[in-house]
This record gives sequence, structure tokens and C-alpha cells, in this order.
Amino acid sequence: MSATVHNRIDVRFAALREQGRTALIPFITAGDPSIEATLAAMKAAVAAGADLIELGVPFSDPMADGPVIQKASERAIAAGTDAPAVFELVNRFRAGDTCTPVVLMGYLNPVEIHGRERFAREAAAAGVDGLLLVDAPLEEAAPFQALLSEQGLHQILLAAPTTGGERRAQLASAATGFIYYVAFAGVTGAARLNAQAVSAPVAALRELANVPVVIGFGVRDAASAREVGALADGVVVGSALVERMATATDPATAGATAGEFLGSLRAALDSTAK
Amino acid sequence: MTDPIDFHAWPDADGRFGGFGGRYVAETLMAPLAELTAAYEHYRMDPAFIAELDRDLAEYVGRPSPIYHAERLSREVGGAQILLKREDLNHTGAHKINNTVGQALLAKRMGKPRVIAETGAGQHGVATATVAARLGLKCVVYMGATDIERQKINVYRMKLLGAEVVPVTAGSQTLKDALNEALRDWVTNVHDTFYIIGTVAGPHPYPKMVRDFNAVIGREARAQMQSRYGKLPDALVACVGGGSNAIGLFHAFLNDAGVAIYGAEAAGDGLDTGRHAASLAAGRPGILHGNRTYVLCDDAGQITETHSVSAGLDYPGVGPEHAWLKETGRATYLGVDDGEALAAFHTLARTEGILAALESSHAVALGMRLARDMRPDQAVLVNLSGRGDKDVHTIAAREGIEL
Ligand SMILES: Cc1ncc(COP(=O)(O)O)c(C=O)c1O
Repeated sequence: MSATVHNRIDVRFAALREQGRTALIPFITAGDPSIEATLAAMKAAVAAGADLIELGVPFSDPMADGPVIQKASERAIAAGTDAPAVFELVNRFRAGDTCTPVVLMGYLNPVEIHGRERFAREAAAAGVDGLLLVDAPLEEAAPFQALLSEQGLHQILLAAPTTGGERRAQLASAATGFIYYVAFAGVTGAARLNAQAVSAPVAALRELANVPVVIGFGVRDAASAREVGALADGVVVGSALVERMATATDPATAGATAGEFLGSLRAALDSTAK
Repeated sequence: MTDPIDFHAWPDADGRFGGFGGRYVAETLMAPLAELTAAYEHYRMDPAFIAELDRDLAEYVGRPSPIYHAERLSREVGGAQILLKREDLNHTGAHKINNTVGQALLAKRMGKPRVIAETGAGQHGVATATVAARLGLKCVVYMGATDIERQKINVYRMKLLGAEVVPVTAGSQTLKDALNEALRDWVTNVHDTFYIIGTVAGPHPYPKMVRDFNAVIGREARAQMQSRYGKLPDALVACVGGGSNAIGLFHAFLNDAGVAIYGAEAAGDGLDTGRHAASLAAGRPGILHGNRTYVLCDDAGQITETHSVSAGLDYPGVGPEHAWLKETGRATYLGVDDGEALAAFHTLARTEGILAALESSHAVALGMRLARDMRPDQAVLVNLSGRGDKDVHTIAAREGIEL
């Protein structure tokens, strides 16, 4: 049996497909403002109906992120959040949840400095299921692929509105786990979401790829989640969640805030028949 | 014996110099970078483009810049002859305009009505605002809030030229953060915007393209040395921030094995204090701003804040070609601290009547250091990348003088 069969991402999307449901994927910056708060938020997210969790590994120079996630990264770094701290966090999350997939999302330099092979090994051991490196497009991601699959990890690739037809096909055939479609040309958190513009490229990707396609960037509330949720296999919500949690410093409030917001998105997604 | 490396054959088609360079950017930028690469590869061979660029360099920038024999300085140092490549005499006062003239012509050819730039010392911002004004392009310059404070004159110059200067308050509020912000602007406005990067960093094709536009420095210098002195210099010296003036001087000489090549990095308070900007001398291989290169970062991979008296050298990365020249041993990169650079600034002013930019003063200092141990019949060619007018306030403040 190949390792991918056991990857929680595949198991989860297979179940969702069976149920005709759309994946709700919250993005949370690990360690913002503390590891305890993030752990509480992860648990609350699952309780509120999140299907997969994207954990941001903070980086000092997040060039694809808008101000909300930039500030979250700054707070997380100030709190001392490094790769070992993120692995430890996932390990603790796994003690109570062996099913919900966790994808680490971040930039290459912290991974390079930690050591690619070592990062992959320790992530897998902690219970991580996939890795999304924002600044590793297809060409730069390829050399990483073998290292990750050896550890049973999926490398999640991004597609964007600027991705042309030929490249879309290359991406679709290289993709593992799922494809993350960036809804607009811009940084995270910008108010530029236009469901109409997203519809055709996402449909084309879903046609080409053997893996699910999720949409992220610009999903702010129940209405926008419902709108793009109808077009894809999943919806990522990042800045809108991180912004709400920015005011919640203690773990209990962080959990409650995340749970309440994600609950409203879950209800919205479930109201769309597939 | 292994064959010597043909340094002029790099980067490869993927933008790699050995293991450095590449394109480490978000997917959204891959298509715009491919479009830019195709346009650049086309126009750099296009006779009409080359003719227009050459004319602008001659009539607008004022090229060729002379090589000046700094005789009194050489005598004072006592050693090799120190020659200065006078990029400070260019329009806008630095080498930066060689590149902005080229990229702006490309922007015009590509039909992009808006240009953006990052700037540290403000020289690249001024050089971009200048060519944008001339070509009627809208211009937005990102500049760290800290740099805006210490380079007020250049901020005002950019505004006079019609550019919008956007303060960047993220991170350390210096050049690296300005570069992040410019990348964020570009990713948002790819349809109508051309990003004029000011140094040989960033994703492919920037390290190659910015090098090529600045390589006129070394091409001229090599010909000037041969016609005037009948020989090549024994050593080249340039300061290295991102590395554009340095690679501009070095490139034509890379295959001349007899020419020693030195880069002067900002050692700030000293390499052993941790307060410096010497990515090659004291950093490690990593990934920043779209390329694999030497970076200054901590053990968690977070890019660290840099320190230098000169804003233009205050950058925690360096162009990937320099990382490769270091690894191949073709070039040597040494630190020059704030004190040594300031001393060189004063010595040059006093002996030659030239106020050098603080960035360039690092190169002058290293040139003096090297010349001291060489013979009088040898020659050290120092790239005087810019003039020091913009730094007068900084120098006065450091020396406790109120203007
Ligand atoms: C006069 C001068 N020299 C050098 C530099 C450093 O840049 P680079 O290393 O790309 O030449 C600057 C940057 O602002 C500058 O203004």
C-alpha cells in the first residue's frame, strides 16, 4: 500500500465527496499570539466544523501576505515561534485529534535553514499531512517532492488567475493532496474577491486534476464562503479569521472567537446543495 | 585540470548561477516573470532598442563616465595607483540610472503605464522617478520609514519629479521591507505595472537584466584601461549592497583571470558585533526575495535586521551572482565597518575634492586597504558608484555638527 492512501488529506476529501460537502479550511498563524491560543483555536475550529487546518509557519518577510497576516507573523515570531514549536503544537493537537488533516503553510527560508529533509521528517513525525510553500512554485517545488512523499506528506501547489492553460495542466498533473486556487492577483486579505472571475479557471482545474481544488484569498464571511464554496471542493478562510483572533489574547477567548466565526461559515457552506 | 569557468555564460535558462538564483515567488508572479523574460530576451537583441538605450546613456545619463587617476590619494596611501570609475558623475549622481533607463525603455515597449520601485538610500527611487518623468509613466516608490527619515533630500527629490513615495512601516522599515511591499504591489497590479527592481536581486530575470544594464560600467572601464594604460587593472573594488554597481563593474572582467576582484560589504559596527549588513562575509545560503543566495538570518530562518551607516548597503541579502562568485572563489568579499568607510570619505574629500556616497566610501576604503600592500606600478580600480551630496546630513549628524 502506498503512503498516500493513509494521508489524512485524502481520507478527509474522500469522505467529504461521499457526503457531498464542501471543505471548510481555516488558516491560523501558529503562535499568534501564543501556542496555547493556537491550540485552543484549532480544537474549537474542528468542533465548529472545520475539515482541515492550515497552520501558518511565521516568516519575517511574508511577501505574499497583506497587513493582517504580516502582523500575525510578527506577533508569532516575537513569541518565539519556530519550526520545533510548530511541530510540538501539531503533536499536542494530535493527542486529541487523529483525523483532522493539518497543512503547514509558509515560506521557504525557515524550511531551508531548518534543513529540508529534517523539516519533512519532523513534520511527519508530529502528525503534519502536507506542506504549502508560498514561494515555491511548480519549478522550485519539484526538487522537494520526493523528500516529502518519502515521509507521506503532500506538497500542496498553488494556482492563480495568471496561471495559463498549459501551466495549469502541468500543475494539475503534479498536484498532490489538493490544489489551492488563489482567487485573485493580490495579497492575502485584500477585498478583491469576485466569484464570477473564479468560476471558469476553477472549473478548468477541476476538470484537469485528480485532486480536489479549494479556493482561498478574500473569503471574509458566510456570504462569500457560500458563493465560492459552490464552485470548489473547499474554501480557505485566513485573514478574516486571523483578524478576529488578533484581539483574543487568552486561549479561551481565541477558541470561542474562532469557533463562533467558523460555525457561521460551516452553516453557510452546508446550506448549498451539491 | 578542470576547464576554467566561462563566467559570461551564466545564468542558465532558469536564472541559476550554479546553485543560486532561480524564481522563488508566489504562483501569481510566474506568468508576469515569464512575460518579462521573453520581452527582455527579445529587446536586448533588438537593434532599435539597443540604439535608443545607447543614445539615452550618452545624451541623458552622460556616459561614458571617466576613469580618474586619484594621484594624491594614491600617494597618501602609499602603494598601488588608485583609479576611480566615476559613476558619481552620471545624471542623478549614481550608477542606478544605468538600470532604470534600460528597464523604463522596456516598460514602455511592454505597454505598461505604471512603474514601481523599492529604494533604500533613495538613489534608485530618484533614478526611477527621473526616467518615469521623462517617459510620462506613473511612478510609485516604496521606502522604509527609517530610510525616509535618514534620506530626506532624496525623498523630496522624488516628489519634485512627480513620484509618489509610500512609507513602509512593516518589519525593520528598511530596504528589505520596501522590496516586500513593492512585490505586494506588483502581485496586485500585474496587468498595468512594471516593477523596476534597483539591484541584482529578486527573481529571474532581474539579477541578469539589472546586471546587463549596469555592465556598461565594466565594458567602458575595460576599454578605457586598455586604451589609456595599455593594460587591465590588477584589482577591482566595488561596494556591495544588493550588488548592482559591483557586478556592473566586475562582469566584463570575470574571465580575465589576472584581475583580482573584491567586494566591500557593510560591516556596520563590526562583523563580530552582529550589527552589520555583510551577507556574503557573515551570512549563509537561504532564500529571500525570489532567489537563493546568501542571507542574514537567525537559526529559525527569520531574516535579521541589518546595520550600516549607509542606507544603500543596509540589505540582508545579496544578488545570487555574487553568492556564486564567492563560492567559485572568483571574487572575494570583505567587510568595511562604518568607521573605516567614514574615514575614507574624508580622505577622498580632502585629497581629491570628491564627496563620495557613503556606499561608495566603503569601496574607497577597501581600495585603500588593498593598495597599501601593492606596488606603485600596480593599479586598483575602484567603482565610485555615487556622489555624497545625499549623505551630508548623515555625516554631519554623526559628527555632532548641526547644519
Ligand atoms: C551610490 C550607491 N552605491 C551603491 C549602492 C548599493 O547598491 P548596489 O549594491 O546594488 O550597487 C547604492 C544603493 O542605494 C547607492 O546609492
